[in-house]
Amino acid sequence: MKQYIIKRILSAIPLLLVISFLCFVFINLIPSDPAEVALRIRQVPVITEEAILEVRQELGLDNPYFIRYFNWLLDCLKGDFGISYVNPKRTVAGELLRCLPATLQLAGASFIIVIVLSIPVGVLCAVYKDSLFDKITRSIVFITTAMPSYWIGLLLMWIVSLKLDLLPTNGNGTWKHLILPAFTVSLSYISTYIRLIRNNMLENMKQDYVLYANVRGLPQKMIFLKHILKNSMHTCIVAIGMSIPQLISGTIVVENVFAWPGLGTLCISSIFNRDYPVIQAYVLLIGALFVFFNLIFDILQTVSDPRMRKEA
Amino acid sequence: MSVVLDLKNVSVKLDDKVIVENSSFTVRKGECLGILGESGSGKSMTVKAVLGLLDKNFETSGVAIFNGENLLNKSKESLRNIRGKDITMVLQNPMTCFDPLYRIGNQMAETFKTHTNWSNEEIYKNSLDILNRMKIRDGEEVLKKYPHQISGGMLQRIMIGIAMAMKPKLLIADEPTTAIDAITQYEIMQEFQKIKEEHETAMIFITHDLGAVSLIADDIVVMNNGKIVERGDFNHIIHNSKDSYTRLLVEKRISVMKKYREVVYREEV
Repeated sequence: MKQYIIKRILSAIPLLLVISFLCFVFINLIPSDPAEVALRIRQVPVITEEAILEVRQELGLDNPYFIRYFNWLLDCLKGDFGISYVNPKRTVAGELLRCLPATLQLAGASFIIVIVLSIPVGVLCAVYKDSLFDKITRSIVFITTAMPSYWIGLLLMWIVSLKLDLLPTNGNGTWKHLILPAFTVSLSYISTYIRLIRNNMLENMKQDYVLYANVRGLPQKMIFLKHILKNSMHTCIVAIGMSIPQLISGTIVVENVFAWPGLGTLCISSIFNRDYPVIQAYVLLIGALFVFFNLIFDILQTVSDPRMRKEA
Repeated sequence: MSVVLDLKNVSVKLDDKVIVENSSFTVRKGECLGILGESGSGKSMTVKAVLGLLDKNFETSGVAIFNGENLLNKSKESLRNIRGKDITMVLQNPMTCFDPLYRIGNQMAETFKTHTNWSNEEIYKNSLDILNRMKIRDGEEVLKKYPHQISGGMLQRIMIGIAMAMKPKLLIADEPTTAIDAITQYEIMQEFQKIKEEHETAMIFITHDLGAVSLIADDIVVMNNGKIVERGDFNHIIHNSKDSYTRLLVEKRISVMKKYREVVYREEV
């Protein structure tokens, strides 16, 4: 078991290296000169060749590609993600840390909504399969899966904030500000998990061990809670666990719709300003989150499943 | 001998499609009834319908008298109390019949907790006892194991042990030898023969194997396409059956045995 966990952790290292290299390469392929953009954003009145060269030197852009990558990587390992091209007074780490709490708040609230709604509804749909409740839920799930989140966000804003005047349209601070964006982010996840949990439960109900539990005359409640639910949750837990990094990274669009001052908003403005270090650090952070949560939930699943425990 | 289960005209329908048609048979104390037929002939369906193990999409009609009461009229809850206590069952796939996430001891205990008021120590003692009786060594270790760590034959014996633990009036074996290898099959068949000799338990033995049914059944009914097409003892089925499907089963079996003897004989020469 210990060996398996160590093996899994070690195998995450090359993965992270590949992620870091890819995000560096792709961002540097963007066909505009960051030095020029930086000058423009710093509102330098006349941009001359000399000024561009100077900024290039200042930002270290005159070095060859690989040297720049390795320098960046080494700095990252030391915890130094560089300084913002746009505003040299600010460090990238500082920028990310400034915006992270708002995103975590939004992702956390969404995650709670996802768990609280999708598990009970998914379970009820499976128990009352083909009932009116199941049919209505399935239609709603079907429709919401097809609706993009920015559109849902705007729609909710229009109905709830403008027409009904119940909640604020944008900004953050109070829980009232949180409801609409959190709900918008969670909606597509809720649909996915209701379907996943429902189908998983139905699949489990058909298994031999359920028939045999019935043959032994076990009470329905026990068969359901102890056997079917536990087995279904077991398969769903990895998918639900992976939704945590997805929620953190998936807030980009919604944050921009609701002007939520989180990582997503920071990322979009950095893309417009060609602020490479910020984009790179953001992509690296999200990549690391995916690798980390994947690792955690893989290990969790292996620890909790007696069959996998043996193989590992 | 007294009648334990009496089926009269039991039919099972699914969306107007008849799966079992007018099944009637009687099982007596200390006797074994063999139900013979290929897969899909409705043999398992008949007993599942009687025990209330089919979901609500199936429509059941007829009469199944057990202990003076019609099982087909009983509430879900009272049927559940009968299952696993007065009527127990051994299923076909021992490897998939236990929940993979719980230890064997836990799954035995939950069964006994449902049907008795034994204390935890009594449950543990009885579980060990059952494993002993089923000739499983290292009972204490086996109780701690997960289903995937145990062989199919051993799981099948545990299933038989659980089924006999409550001293049922009727034991139903649904193709208990189909999913296990030949040597284990022989041992499992011996186990059933022992149950028949030592206890007065009535038994229904469902199989498609004429050889297995010949070892244990006093009476045989042959099912084909949801209908009982022939009934009688083994000799009657072998020599006097009139139904064409039964004759086909018998002839196939005889020709396989003949071929087997030929092969063995030639090998000896």
